Amino acid sequence: MKIIEQVGRYFILMGRVFSKPEKGKIYYKQVLKEIESLGINSIGIVIIISIFMGAVITLQTRYNLENPLIPLYLIGLTARDSMLLEFSSTIVGLILAGKVGSNIASEIGHMRITEQIDALEIMGVNSASYLVLPKVIAAVIFNPLLTLISMFVGIFGGWAASVITGALSSVDYIYGIQYWFIPYYITYSLVKTVVFAIIITSVPAFFGYYVKGGALEVGRSSTKGVVTSSILILLFNVILTQLLLA
Amino acid sequence: MILVENINKSFNKESVLSDISVQFDEGKTNLIIGRSGSGKTVLIKCIVGLHEVDSGKILFHDREFVSMNLRQKQELRKEMGMLFQGGALFDSLTVEENIKFPLDMFTKMSDKEKKERVNFCLHRVNLDNVNHLFPAELSGGMQKRVAIARAIVQNPKYLFCDEPNSGLDPKTAIVIDNLISDITHEYNITTIINTHDMNSVMEIGEKVIFIHDGIKGWEGTKDEVLNSDDEYLNDFVFASNLAKKIKDNL
Repeated sequence: MKIIEQVGRYFILMGRVFSKPEKGKIYYKQVLKEIESLGINSIGIVIIISIFMGAVITLQTRYNLENPLIPLYLIGLTARDSMLLEFSSTIVGLILAGKVGSNIASEIGHMRITEQIDALEIMGVNSASYLVLPKVIAAVIFNPLLTLISMFVGIFGGWAASVITGALSSVDYIYGIQYWFIPYYITYSLVKTVVFAIIITSVPAFFGYYVKGGALEVGRSSTKGVVTSSILILLFNVILTQLLLA
Repeated sequence: MILVENINKSFNKESVLSDISVQFDEGKTNLIIGRSGSGKTVLIKCIVGLHEVDSGKILFHDREFVSMNLRQKQELRKEMGMLFQGGALFDSLTVEENIKFPLDMFTKMSDKEKKERVNFCLHRVNLDNVNHLFPAELSGGMQKRVAIARAIVQNPKYLFCDEPNSGLDPKTAIVIDNLISDITHEYNITTIINTHDMNSVMEIGEKVIFIHDGIKGWEGTKDEVLNSDDEYLNDFVFASNLAKKIKDNL
């Protein structure tokens, strides 16, 4: 029963978030700020994780490939498709849910308990839209770029691991990543990223917006926001995969 | 003028405000007093719409607020300013950006005009050369003054102050009280102040409403407060030994 109530409140909040902004110029500035805060500041972690994941996928595939009849270039193909299909959208989405989600929930939650949100309302500002909409727009614009960066860097990480460890020749790996390439996989991944971007920003914002109490409750709302958005990412991953690839 | 008619408010079926009717006069400092937990803050939050009332009417110069939709409420709120208990300044913005915020949001003023207006408001609350400081870099009294400057930057018709002196020393508290009172008279604002500070009542209480357990217990002026025979009001006003001695000598 409580879940249904929460879902209802979430959609009511989203109704307010996606209503017409008071002043486009202010929102535009906010979007640019959020792109820096939520997007540009996440490039580093996405690069680090992607490069190591690309390397690990390549090495694990190589060491588990015992059948001599399977050509080695398929390791490159495996690394590429793993990055394109799952890692760069879903796993990066989960990582961003932790990094960005906790940031959003605690920022908005802090504003709630210190009455800053009430102050916005008294001024006649639609606080839900002013605080949440720029974050959603920034993530929807910038996260696909992070996904593309993750794809390139992850595939590069796989190549670097192959060459450095001697697990696979550079020629085999490069042939593998070009072999049987399906461009639609990138579209599929980017569509997922956009949906995940909405979840990563709006769900923690919801938990922060309705927080009651003090610092402890803000911390709890942050945890709830991250856990719920992570579960929703996994759920929507299954739904979107069935819809887009089946 | 704000007219509150028969408002009721409860949380989880527990009544917090019961059948409150009161008129807040224009150009006066209207004080709501009462013990902690008596329902003062809930009343002021109901009046500004931060809490929805269960029943009753709230009229801002004959405009019924409770039945308005969200957009209409947002429009009316542009005529309100509010000073929150903790200041509620946006901590990621500088003092100047805080005060300029409503102007950025709702006016077409040029940057120069906005800057002039911000400086005027800061000067009005006796603060100068703090434009580029962040709220965390200011004292409690200065934060309250910045919050007042932000509340009056759009020339509000209605000013609400929730415990404006909480956390301030008596001297600074009186400075803040007098500032609010002066601004109220200067701009003919309908000001409602929530307080349990008797110094404030005696200093600026032109109209005083006493709330006891969610019910309006008494209404009068600051002079009448001292001579009232209302048992609950006397219990609240003359709670300290010092106040009791003063009462005995009256």
